Amino acid sequence: MMTFTPPPAFEPRIVFENVSKTFRRNRVLDGISLEILKGERIALVGSNGAGKTTLIRCLLGEYTYDGTVSVGGLDPRANRSVVLARVGFVPQIPPPLKMPVGELVSFAASVCHSDPKEMVRVIEELGLDFGRIRRLPFVKLSGGMKQKTLIGIALGRPSDILIMDEPAANLDPEARHIFFHQLAERKDDSVMVITSHRLDEVAALVNRVVEMDMGRVVLDDRVADSVDMTSRMSCDLKLVRADEAFARTIGEWGFEGAGTRWSGMVNGPDRLRFMCMLSRYTGLIAGLEMVEGKEVAPCAPEI
Amino acid sequence: MNAFLRAAWLDITESLRARWFMFYSMVFGGIVVLLFVFGLTESRILGFTGLSRLLVTYIQLCVAILPIFVLITTVRSLAGDRDAGIFEYMLSLPVGLAAWYWGKMIGRFTVVFLPVFLAMAGAAAYSEYREIGVPWDLFAVYTALLVSLAWSFLGFGMLISTLARSPDVAQTGAFLLWLLLLMFLDLVLLGVMVREQMPLEVVVAIAVANPLQSFRTAAILLFDPQMVVLGPAAYVILDTLGREGYLALALAWPLTVGTLSAALGYRLFRRGDLP
Repeated sequence: MMTFTPPPAFEPRIVFENVSKTFRRNRVLDGISLEILKGERIALVGSNGAGKTTLIRCLLGEYTYDGTVSVGGLDPRANRSVVLARVGFVPQIPPPLKMPVGELVSFAASVCHSDPKEMVRVIEELGLDFGRIRRLPFVKLSGGMKQKTLIGIALGRPSDILIMDEPAANLDPEARHIFFHQLAERKDDSVMVITSHRLDEVAALVNRVVEMDMGRVVLDDRVADSVDMTSRMSCDLKLVRADEAFARTIGEWGFEGAGTRWSGMVNGPDRLRFMCMLSRYTGLIAGLEMVEGKEVAPCAPEI
Repeated sequence: MNAFLRAAWLDITESLRARWFMFYSMVFGGIVVLLFVFGLTESRILGFTGLSRLLVTYIQLCVAILPIFVLITTVRSLAGDRDAGIFEYMLSLPVGLAAWYWGKMIGRFTVVFLPVFLAMAGAAAYSEYREIGVPWDLFAVYTALLVSLAWSFLGFGMLISTLARSPDVAQTGAFLLWLLLLMFLDLVLLGVMVREQMPLEVVVAIAVANPLQSFRTAAILLFDPQMVVLGPAAYVILDTLGREGYLALALAWPLTVGTLSAALGYRLFRRGDLP
């Protein structure tokens, strides 16, 4: 029987000190200073070109930069293997790897000194039949299946820091719920950095928001940490009149009903997204009741 | 399995699944099959017959097509991997940069050398079966020369892949390098330089430095060490170094220049932005 010795854990503390990055003459990061401590879940938001991905690549030791980045007291560039052994990463765009899924999991587990069975367990929890996909080329999977596989690899290994670039973007409602559960289990012992173009996508998953614009931090604020990441809310909706477009949209959220009455469940962390969706139909809404509960039901559509 | 072997194996398996590899293998396998079909084992030229004749022709064709194949497939896939985000993800895993870079190079060498070698080995096996007779000494020398040539151009490919930030730039750079080395073969620009009475040292230095030239001369000096075929610069070098000396140079120099190029590529890779 194989034994796996997990890499040594370290204090999950990330420090950016006056970090700048310039591509030719284009300054993409401009003197970023940030300190992220254990238990913090950061939403890194900003529009395209704000510098989110560049900041993450500096954190992963993939880019050179001016200034200092320290992860657990170590320079991620000079101590790649030690630092990255404790960092789980989910990219926004899955790599177009031709290798079978089983081989990818096996490769990742091998270099991370982790048990591939644990990664497979997370992948299956997210709703994939690993036995069916393990021989399929990774690149041939659907967007959601790729995302689940990469999340499984990131969460299925011992890590103190999770860096996720739009992680739930391609997940179906049930997988989102399980994903939120997985994150909830780790929320107090690790650091999470979740990037998104839109705050409403990730607001409920985090307790701190860092907004970037033109390579600078323009907002660094706390978020009230009162939402249970695993909760679900029962929701009843009443409309002033039936509407076909609304019926289609609410159907995607797994709601049941017809005409002017609709009811269903919404994931706690998805409630802001839900409200944003409803805001598009403000003129139609005659009544809305949301009650926090734990029932199992459909929750949110794919984005 | 350590990270180096993992990275090498990863590159081998990814290459085996790629379309370019299938095409590449078919080209070299096809060349050998065509040489047999056209009866090159039975013809006689410059005293060579049987498999020797086929090997000499095969190696001449390799001079023309192996370098460009190695360069283009290497830079396209490596620069393409970086462009497509494969480096971003794979290098977010705890793999050492040395293990990743050199593992990729060894993996890539395996997949570019094996089809060329196996085509030649297949011809030898078939000749044994048909009792044509296999010149094993020539086979060994040509194998060593192919290793040397493939390694040198792989080294150039690794360096270009590191320098270029996009697959298109990498491909253009690879093509220009191949063209440059091809142009400075003895019978092309070097011949013109000799005719124009350029300093002999410059002409000889260029001829010695060009791994394509070393390979070509070493491949043909075994059967025709005459100036009209070798070219003037190679003839002078051969006259100075002797047959064994030139063969040693032709084996060692491309290996050295390939390793140095790859090492420079690694240095830049380690110091620069990875994805």
